[in-house]
Amino acid sequence: MKIIVCVSHVPDSAAKINISRDGKSIDKTSVTFVISPYDEFAIEESLRLKEKNGGEVTAVSVGGENHKETLRKALAMGVDKAVLLKDDSQRDSIAVARAIADYTKEASPDLIFFGKQSIDTDNAAVGSMVAEMLGLPSVSVVVKLEIKDGRVMAEREIEGGHEKVEARLPCVIAAQKGLNEPRYPSLKGIMGAKNKPIEERVPTSSPLRVQLLVMRKPPAKNAGKIVGTDVSAVPNLVKLLHEEAKVI
Amino acid sequence: MNILAFVEQRDGKLKKTGYEVVRAARAVADELKGEVMALVVGDAVRDIAGELGAFGAQRVLVVEDPRLAQYSTTAYSKIVAEIAAREEAGVVFLSATAMGKDCAPRIAVRLDAGLAADCTALKVEGGEIIATRPVYAGKALTEVKVTSSVKVFSLRPNVFTAGTGNGSSASVETAKVELSHEDFAAKVVEVTQSKGKLDVAEADIIVTGGRGLKGPENFNIIEELAGVLGGAVGASRAVVDAGWRPHDEQVGQTGKTVSPSLYIAVAVSGAIQHLAGMSSSKYIVAINKDKDAPIFQVADYGIVGDAFEIVPALTSEVKKLLGK
Repeated sequence: MKIIVCVSHVPDSAAKINISRDGKSIDKTSVTFVISPYDEFAIEESLRLKEKNGGEVTAVSVGGENHKETLRKALAMGVDKAVLLKDDSQRDSIAVARAIADYTKEASPDLIFFGKQSIDTDNAAVGSMVAEMLGLPSVSVVVKLEIKDGRVMAEREIEGGHEKVEARLPCVIAAQKGLNEPRYPSLKGIMGAKNKPIEERVPTSSPLRVQLLVMRKPPAKNAGKIVGTDVSAVPNLVKLLHEEAKVI
Repeated sequence: MNILAFVEQRDGKLKKTGYEVVRAARAVADELKGEVMALVVGDAVRDIAGELGAFGAQRVLVVEDPRLAQYSTTAYSKIVAEIAAREEAGVVFLSATAMGKDCAPRIAVRLDAGLAADCTALKVEGGEIIATRPVYAGKALTEVKVTSSVKVFSLRPNVFTAGTGNGSSASVETAKVELSHEDFAAKVVEVTQSKGKLDVAEADIIVTGGRGLKGPENFNIIEELAGVLGGAVGASRAVVDAGWRPHDEQVGQTGKTVSPSLYIAVAVSGAIQHLAGMSSSKYIVAINKDKDAPIFQVADYGIVGDAFEIVPALTSEVKKLLGK
């Protein structure tokens, strides 16, 4: 089974985000970058399928030199190969998807995994876009997956419930938290990953279709009032919610 | 410029977010001097589609097929893209729901269009649609412009107002799109809804419990308060990671980003990734025994004290108010 798992390199969820002077990007000083958390579920699922069925897992990332850190993490977890589609320019979702789709076409994998979204731009779009570009079925926000006799049985999260989806292979899967419990890289894995080569390629270019005009901090929320310090404050709170906020 | 608004239905009922999308399309179309076409896809959905006229659609199109009773990513995307192309819609609006988030990217690829996903505000300036979309789970906001000739926007649920209909109705037209076996290469075979469970992403009131509740058995006080308020139960990451609550209730950067009218955080300290996911709520109430907890920095109203005493008292006080 040939599997590709696409990963992105993003600010840690605990990071404070400040806007840089250009007003269009974040200030990267003192921000720690990590693998996007949902991608870890995608890697784990790829590795489990490989362990069960044999085959090869390749991690792919689109971005600059710093994305190698995340690719090394994927190698340390156990993927066989890592490929950086190296590009420092700004790409929108379609342009990222184009780069991955063109690389993937050549590799013709059975499965392409993504995290359900990168926790930086939060588009949750690239997986479905790659599937469309390659004419493949896809299932997003997957919390349960079974591959049997060339068929995919997946369960995806929807509002207040789940959908069971049946699809054929090859297929694109976007992983949601809950799909599995990602492993920690072993010490041996971490040491081994240091020496594994990361293949670099120049991805196909694609015009920007979404232009970022401005980035800013959301309006600061002022700390409100402390209504009280114990249960005696409850009637007053309810009164405020009813009469001042008018939300109940 | 004409706008095609895709309206989601489930079990033969239009979703509330569908009305939001039509209403938002109407507001934008008024400024662009265009028409709003609403599109409903499913099996036998004709009868429910007409009322979209009352929310601002001049035309209502339906595509009906028994195979479309349940969602299929490829078939639904093909239908929306083909109708948009055929009707020369320059703009496509969808809701950023589980379904909309899944098919909007495919529709964008088919139409060679840029996608502005999960928008929380729209305005028209110099004949161009400018969309606000949060990034980093709301730690920053961006304004974007789609520069391709066709443009796709998905709108965050619960942010745009649907309002009530104005009584007018639109005639319903049947549209046909050829579908092959291959268009159902992925299809939903079963839907399981947690009975009566309101999703945090769709709820107007959310009561979230945090690690300070000490254990899963204590979430009954959260459920009861959410119950009397007609709201949903939310959970912090710590609580989900500990296995006390299911992941679909998680609010925050690796859970759901929410903007309800009222968000009550109980025994939640307010980690950065949690605040990112809920600070755009209209009103925030914090209940925490630590007066220095960061959650109080974003709360409109706070009570410093023991959740186990305050929450049940709050539940009974709300019951009294609502006459329950």
